[in-house]
Amino acid sequence: MIGLFNAVLRRELRLAAAAKTEWLMPLFFYVIVVTLFGLGAKPNDPQLAEFAPAILWVGALLAALLTLERLFRTDYEDGTLEQIFLGTQPVTLVVAAKLSAHWLLTGLPLALLAAPLSAALGFSSAAIPALVAGLALGTPVLTLIGGFASALTVGLPRAGVLLPLLVLPLVTPIVIFGAGAARVAQSGLDASAPLYFLAAILVLGLTLLPWATAAALRNAFE
Amino acid sequence: MWTWFHRLASPPTFYRLADRFAPWFGIAAAGLLGYGIVGGLFFAPADYQQSDAFRIIYIHVPAAALSLSIYMLMATAGAVAVIWRIKLAECVLVSAAPVGASFTALALVTGMLWGKPMWGAYWVWDARLTAELILLFLYVGVIGLNQAIEDPRAAARACGLLALIGVINVPIVHYSVEWWNSLHQGSTILKMGKPNMNAEMARPLYACLLGVYFFMGYVLLRRTQNELLLRESGTAWVKERLESSNV
Repeated sequence: MIGLFNAVLRRELRLAAAAKTEWLMPLFFYVIVVTLFGLGAKPNDPQLAEFAPAILWVGALLAALLTLERLFRTDYEDGTLEQIFLGTQPVTLVVAAKLSAHWLLTGLPLALLAAPLSAALGFSSAAIPALVAGLALGTPVLTLIGGFASALTVGLPRAGVLLPLLVLPLVTPIVIFGAGAARVAQSGLDASAPLYFLAAILVLGLTLLPWATAAALRNAFE
Repeated sequence: MWTWFHRLASPPTFYRLADRFAPWFGIAAAGLLGYGIVGGLFFAPADYQQSDAFRIIYIHVPAAALSLSIYMLMATAGAVAVIWRIKLAECVLVSAAPVGASFTALALVTGMLWGKPMWGAYWVWDARLTAELILLFLYVGVIGLNQAIEDPRAAARACGLLALIGVINVPIVHYSVEWWNSLHQGSTILKMGKPNMNAEMARPLYACLLGVYFFMGYVLLRRTQNELLLRESGTAWVKERLESSNV
């Protein structure tokens, strides 16, 4: 079981190492979106700091959305996914390994990148740990929900527009708690309550969504 | 009892039963909604604080109640469709989504019209409003997914999975926005003890609520019948029905 998980994880990371632009582009996209927010406001507008949690969270969401369509698509098109379903190994475990690799390659870098970006928006440096912790807890939920939605739309020619429509309403709670944690920390208060909520949502997602994703993929094959 | 359920789930039996029940649902809905709306808009006393503007409650509250009920119904049908793969449940699920989306939109629009004179703004970022808006997005997602997948059975099962994950998400969204911000007045009718509402005002409201549920039953039965005819076109019972009704 753990061997299978590790094998799939290693495969995904090797594939990513071979195609670096695929996982570096969302990070650049994130930087550009935040820069554009800075350019849209007055030069050095102090109010940007107040909106920094919302800007950084929505930017991370959009950057992660870009990567979701390709999560299962290449494996679907070249037949790898079909082989996985024909095999005797538990599909949920393969899905979990693929989702873990996706988080390591997009969610984690986005969460870490938020720290230098927050400084550019004038976000108080004392609150950065709460912001990064919130993103580190929220981006795996995003990967799980996004993986589920991309499994529902795998093999569809027009999945591009549909995918954000499916993902974004489902992730509203993590935006509320995640940006909330950063805002609370910025005003100098204890941010642990919203972070605990994020962790609880993450645990709930981990217990449900890999199975739902595997069911959605199986549905696409029938 | 199980065999009875199985027989009910077979398309021709359901179609015949729906034909028998739908007209009664329609009549009950017309009567109750007619009494409720006329009584509410013309005869109920005006509110001491909100005066006549409160009358929008006779549309707003039933629409909001239905928006959530239909989502629950859709998710239940989704669970049945995903687990037991019953064709009828797939049809119910697919035909419920647009009805639910319409009532959610109606609740949002009437809420905005009510909000302007009472709160001074069409839209405020309040918990209940935001949760209702997100519910509308969830409905739109189900409708979009259903239309994007070509095979109707695979589409319905995908929608069922989405509705199931959505229904787990609804309480999380509800409480997250509740703690985030709330301005909406508390519930007037679902309260234990002394009622918050004069009986003269409440009676039409209860009639509207009940009527709108009958209306939902009527619309869902008819839409499910249409969906069944579409999916089963080519089978013997559909042909028989077409011949017997001389179309």
